[in-house]
Amino acid sequence: MRALVGVKRVLDYTTTKIRVKPDGSGIDLSGKQIINPFCEIAIEEAIKLKEKNIIKEVVALSIGPKTFQETLRHSLAMGADKAIHISTDLSPDQKLQPLIVAKILQKIIERDNFELVLLGKQSVDDDFNQTGQLLAGLLDWPQATFASQITIKDKDVEVTREIDAGLQTIGFKLPGVITCDLRLNTPRYAKIPDIMKAKKKPLEELQLNSLGIDLNTGLEVIKTEAPQQRKGGQVLSSVDELVNKLRNEAKLF
Amino acid sequence: MFAKTFKQFSCFNKNNFSTLVVAEHNGEKLSKSMYKILNAASKFKEETHLLVTGENVSKVVENIKATVPKEVVSKIIVADSALLKHNQAQAVSQVISNLINQNKYKQVVVDSSSSGKDILPRVAAKFNTQPATDVTNIISNDTFQRPVYAGNAISTIKLTSATKFLSFRATSFDAINSEQANNISDVQKVDADSLIAKKDNLVKHIKDEIAKSERPELTSARFVVSGGRGLKSKDNFSILENLAGVLGETAIGASRAAVDAGYAPNDLQVGQTGKVVAPELYIAVGISGAIQHLAGMKDSKVIVAINQDPEAPIFQISTYGLVGDLFKIVPELTEKVKAAKQ
Repeated sequence: MRALVGVKRVLDYTTTKIRVKPDGSGIDLSGKQIINPFCEIAIEEAIKLKEKNIIKEVVALSIGPKTFQETLRHSLAMGADKAIHISTDLSPDQKLQPLIVAKILQKIIERDNFELVLLGKQSVDDDFNQTGQLLAGLLDWPQATFASQITIKDKDVEVTREIDAGLQTIGFKLPGVITCDLRLNTPRYAKIPDIMKAKKKPLEELQLNSLGIDLNTGLEVIKTEAPQQRKGGQVLSSVDELVNKLRNEAKLF
Repeated sequence: MFAKTFKQFSCFNKNNFSTLVVAEHNGEKLSKSMYKILNAASKFKEETHLLVTGENVSKVVENIKATVPKEVVSKIIVADSALLKHNQAQAVSQVISNLINQNKYKQVVVDSSSSGKDILPRVAAKFNTQPATDVTNIISNDTFQRPVYAGNAISTIKLTSATKFLSFRATSFDAINSEQANNISDVQKVDADSLIAKKDNLVKHIKDEIAKSERPELTSARFVVSGGRGLKSKDNFSILENLAGVLGETAIGASRAAVDAGYAPNDLQVGQTGKVVAPELYIAVGISGAIQHLAGMKDSKVIVAINQDPEAPIFQISTYGLVGDLFKIVPELTEKVKAAKQ
């Protein structure tokens, strides 16, 4: 069985301050970029399943400008076998929307016959949380979103999902789509020899416009603004003062 | 201009211009968030239908009739089937797709909950349409706002599709007044079994592990007391329980760091990838205030930060801050709130 893992490259928001462009056209993407944390979890899970001999081959796919190949090399260094880069200049946080990504994944799945698709639950730039569900809908495959535990035996999959009220376990037969939540695993660090080896692993490059995908999604980003800032807070000197403020100023009790 | 457009619409057959809201419930009642979602949906000023899916949902229908005015929901559509028992996306989305085909809804609206997010894109895919998740503001009937980059930017989007697929963030809207309910008389039952294909290969529900809590629901509680890594252990979370008990109407939350360290269960996580809350009072205890956490609570009315590090980013957004040892401050605060309330 072969698994396809979608990986996205995003601005490293843990070290880069998000800056909105003054003309409202979007976010300044010039800072350091990293693999979307949820995609890294998806890659890690696929590699673990391969190490357990449950899947035979792990293929990482990414869609975006040339720089996204670094994210694919990172995935190969972690242990993916092959990579596919779909090249496009569409902005990954505005124009390259989940529906387009899902349609690209669908094309590749139909071409290469994958039985399992692992994706992150959301990317931390557009925060959409949609691609896996859209893909499952397009393919008419079962879906398991927000996975925190995955068990696969032959074609039978059991997934524990993080739902609002706690945890839920569901089961289905492959093929299927699973989106990964934070607590599924802790992604490994790529070792130097593996980074070297990754340079020799196959990376197929395709042009988005060669796939014949309709880029009209019915959603257009008009502008991007900075959120309203909260007023800077007061640091108080005692618990008495806090209780007094909560009671008499905020009138909470 | 939009008022004019709405007037024009009212001349047409209303069924061609209506909104479908997908109800979330626990088998007995609508979830509290739904009253906010219904209010958001009513801003389209079009006929609204509320879809109730599940198994044995008659109690839910009664609850809706008792708490939702017919001015807000003109029709309840009921899909009651064993195949919908756990409202798995695969089955529910087929029912919704069929209703869209029949009634040509202009808007399909869900709560931005784990269930809403699971279902909505799956349906939208069938209509070749890009959905909009986490909408926080309705500017007009086709223009909306939603946060991106963990709430560090607000994106204004325009939807041009025949049917718009929207998940609304409940904390951004007020609830409808549920006391003015007067019987919704139009209840339509649909034969869900005939609408759901691939019955043999549907996702099977195996088990739920629902966290038990006597506290109010995190996303709708009046007050939230949240703990972070600064609490140092699972047992220490009990000092938050005491404070919550004294405050009343208070839910307990946690930062991702506290959840990852095993101090609190996953479902208490507040943040970009956890729950989004906007209570009247949010007390952040031992939470530094990473942007992923702030994304889940920065719309709270009053934010109190208790942290020993005066440089912690949480102090930049907190209304009131106390710098010091949380193990001294929280018990003292608990005692003094108790005294103040007497």
